[in-house]
Amino acid sequence: MNHLPEHIRQKVFNHPCYSEEAHHYFARMHVAVAPACNIQCNYCNRKYDCANESRPGVVSELHHPVQAVKKVLAVAATIPQMTVLGIAGPGDPLANPERTFETFRMLSEQAPDIKLCVSTNGLSLPEQVEQLSQYNIDHVTITINCVDPDVGAQIYPWIFWKNKRIKGREAAEILIAQQQKGLEMLVAKGILVKVNSVMIPGVNDKHLEEVSKIVKAKGAFLHNVMPLISEAEHGTFYGLTGQRGPTNEELQALQDACEGDMNMMRHCRQCRADAVGLLGEDRGSEFTMDKVEQMEINYPEAMKMRAEVHAAINEELESKRLAKESKVQLVSIQGLQKKETTRPVLMAVATKGGGVINEHFGHAGEFLIYEASSDGVRFIGHRKTTPYCEGDISCGDGESVLDKTLKVLAGCEAVLCSKVGYEPWGPLEAAGIQPNGEHAMEPIEDAVLKVYEEMRVAGKLEAKADEQQKVA
Amino acid sequence: MALEIIELCTNCWACQPLCPSKAIYEAKPHFLIDPDKCNECSGDFEDSQCASICPIEGAILNADGEPMNPPGSLTNIPLQKLAA
Ligand code: SF4
Ligand code: SF4
Ligand code: SF4
Repeated sequence: MNHLPEHIRQKVFNHPCYSEEAHHYFARMHVAVAPACNIQCNYCNRKYDCANESRPGVVSELHHPVQAVKKVLAVAATIPQMTVLGIAGPGDPLANPERTFETFRMLSEQAPDIKLCVSTNGLSLPEQVEQLSQYNIDHVTITINCVDPDVGAQIYPWIFWKNKRIKGREAAEILIAQQQKGLEMLVAKGILVKVNSVMIPGVNDKHLEEVSKIVKAKGAFLHNVMPLISEAEHGTFYGLTGQRGPTNEELQALQDACEGDMNMMRHCRQCRADAVGLLGEDRGSEFTMDKVEQMEINYPEAMKMRAEVHAAINEELESKRLAKESKVQLVSIQGLQKKETTRPVLMAVATKGGGVINEHFGHAGEFLIYEASSDGVRFIGHRKTTPYCEGDISCGDGESVLDKTLKVLAGCEAVLCSKVGYEPWGPLEAAGIQPNGEHAMEPIEDAVLKVYEEMRVAGKLEAKADEQQKVA
Repeated sequence: MALEIIELCTNCWACQPLCPSKAIYEAKPHFLIDPDKCNECSGDFEDSQCASICPIEGAILNADGEPMNPPGSLTNIPLQKLAA
């Protein structure tokens, strides 16, 4: 975040989807008010929600705008950390402009302290930019998978355009032109634009580097590359024709290649579009529509309480940022003296949020991956798994779940958690992943640096590099 | 002459606002076309609007009871894979 211009940094400071720091503290939710879509993507089965913003195979309860607003107010009053409301489906929000904009209009009136954002495939974006800017919606996500119609023809079988269904290359050409035009118009209006791309090996994986350059040049402030998910049981074109998704390593390599000087969003967890609560932590079941209907919400009161909570969190974030900045200076001075370059190491971290190591190995449903090198620590991404031990019930299946986790952690040399059980310890070590429970409740980046330093002192940072060269 | 929506419809709402004759209405368990109002868009559009945006193959039938969008025509999924 620190390299972003100040006005953009301020804008995204407490947006959990955009800021790596904020997503430990703030939460967003989505409501499903927009069922229709005007295109077809090969990774989407239209019997389910829009696969651009949710994991495939998910069906959301569709809400009328009035219901949706009620739900948002209920959640915001209960979870003050909820600061962002997005509309992401189940179809394309801008293919349902009345429902989407009615929701935004009511929310701007009733809950001015909630930020609004919207995601779209871009087809009807240019004609909606004016209205978007009126509702003061300052975050828009466009899913852009290509800028070349020949690539696009392999991703989009058809679009609905000017009262006709258009197929093949021509469809892709129109869609791409609309996406690019929409991006330019939003940037010209000063609206923040994030670009999402789905990485489809053999279709657009090489091409996405070019996409990244172009959207960056046009002023998108974030480019988020997501992996294709294509299980046969989702019934999508890709799922049924055996198109595979990328491996963790391939995804990371592309994210690295696209990064350049642009902020890549590494903490995106492909959340469910109707998720509620801290990113990745789904509390949706607390707010089903029948429960919401029972709640009495006094929003003006809630807003005061929310403002206090937000101020406290912002203070904490700001002091952390300042502390980090002074540390960065310190480290670079030390670095100058040492002049030693050591090889980078990947480490996995188990956390429940708050930016500290506070999750048991066995309870972690996902790991945050960090890279430590002589340049410092950087966040790489999330990897999901099934918690090794969900408690008594699933322990019987513990072994295969552990195998899965080991696979998810491939490439990491240490896993930092608040606690690691006796059982997984051996297999982790055998897989070359050092379990480490010594840094419980410590800030993640500090702990990662400490472990890296221990590895350096132990001479582990040169040895493995030779091995790698031999392999390569 | 009128089109018909059948049980394959997923209630995605895409067709309803497009109908020039206001023939499509929300119903349980799925959207329906009023056959007295539907004129297959003649005079308004070259193509039937509902059948041109509907994403679900087979959900809309023509006056002869044949699917406007037969299996595989929208998703390009090969028929043998669809059957599996
Ligand atoms: S834009 Fe979303 S809803 Fe529409 S086809 Fe693509 S993934 Fe599915
Ligand atoms: S064919 Fe045209 S008139 Fe008939 S229901 Fe569909 S959109 Fe309406
Ligand atoms: S577009 Fe098709 S699936 Fe959607 S509501 Fe109309 S008939 Fe049903």
